[in-house]
Amino acid sequence: MRISVQLNDFDIGKELQLFNSADTNIGAVVSFQGIVRNNSEKSLLHMEIEQYPGMTQKAISNYVEIALERWSLYDALVIHRHGKLLLGDRIMMVATAAKHRRDAFQSAEFLMDYLKSRAPFWKKEVTKDGYQWVKSVLDDERALERWR
Amino acid sequence: MIKVLYFAWVRERIGVPYEMVETQSGTVMEFVEELKQKETRYEVAFSDLSAIKVAINQELCEFDTKLTGATEIAFFPPMTGG
Repeated sequence: MRISVQLNDFDIGKELQLFNSADTNIGAVVSFQGIVRNNSEKSLLHMEIEQYPGMTQKAISNYVEIALERWSLYDALVIHRHGKLLLGDRIMMVATAAKHRRDAFQSAEFLMDYLKSRAPFWKKEVTKDGYQWVKSVLDDERALERWR
Repeated sequence: MIKVLYFAWVRERIGVPYEMVETQSGTVMEFVEELKQKETRYEVAFSDLSAIKVAINQELCEFDTKLTGATEIAFFPPMTGG
């Protein structure tokens, strides 16, 4: 399990190469990356992500531990950036490794759903007219229900 | 003394990222009421509690959670990670 909360960008190719080759029993790796996209008015200058240092790492570890228990996984990887991010920048990635694809797909989705609304990050969209905090979406909250 | 932390727009409304507070409150809710009576900025920040989440010692909890053993308490809007 590797969890990193960081300011800097990361090389997704290198990360996955290392992750894929950790165990010869791994037959399926699912990875997801989140990217900064424009807002509906196409006016985004950049995004800023605030976090709760200390709790962030703990919360992510907690959900990764749950995923490792619930699905048959060899490993899981979460990298999440904070600070200032530009349009098109990578925000985060999740990867899960299993023998078969079903465990890898489901656990990756589980981790994404929990990272979205249970890991202490807050996104702020900056435009030329000022900024606004991204509002949480009810759908994201509902997404958690299917894992209970 | 409890370290009280605020994040995102809650931090902006309170005006500081954290502060040390002496309290005798039994629960998070009592503590919030105590803060609200201190100054208007707390009243403004805590006017709609359905829009605020709380964590004690870096773990999510509820407003009726007891403060027993709390060294750190944080208030923030619903998270928007991922």
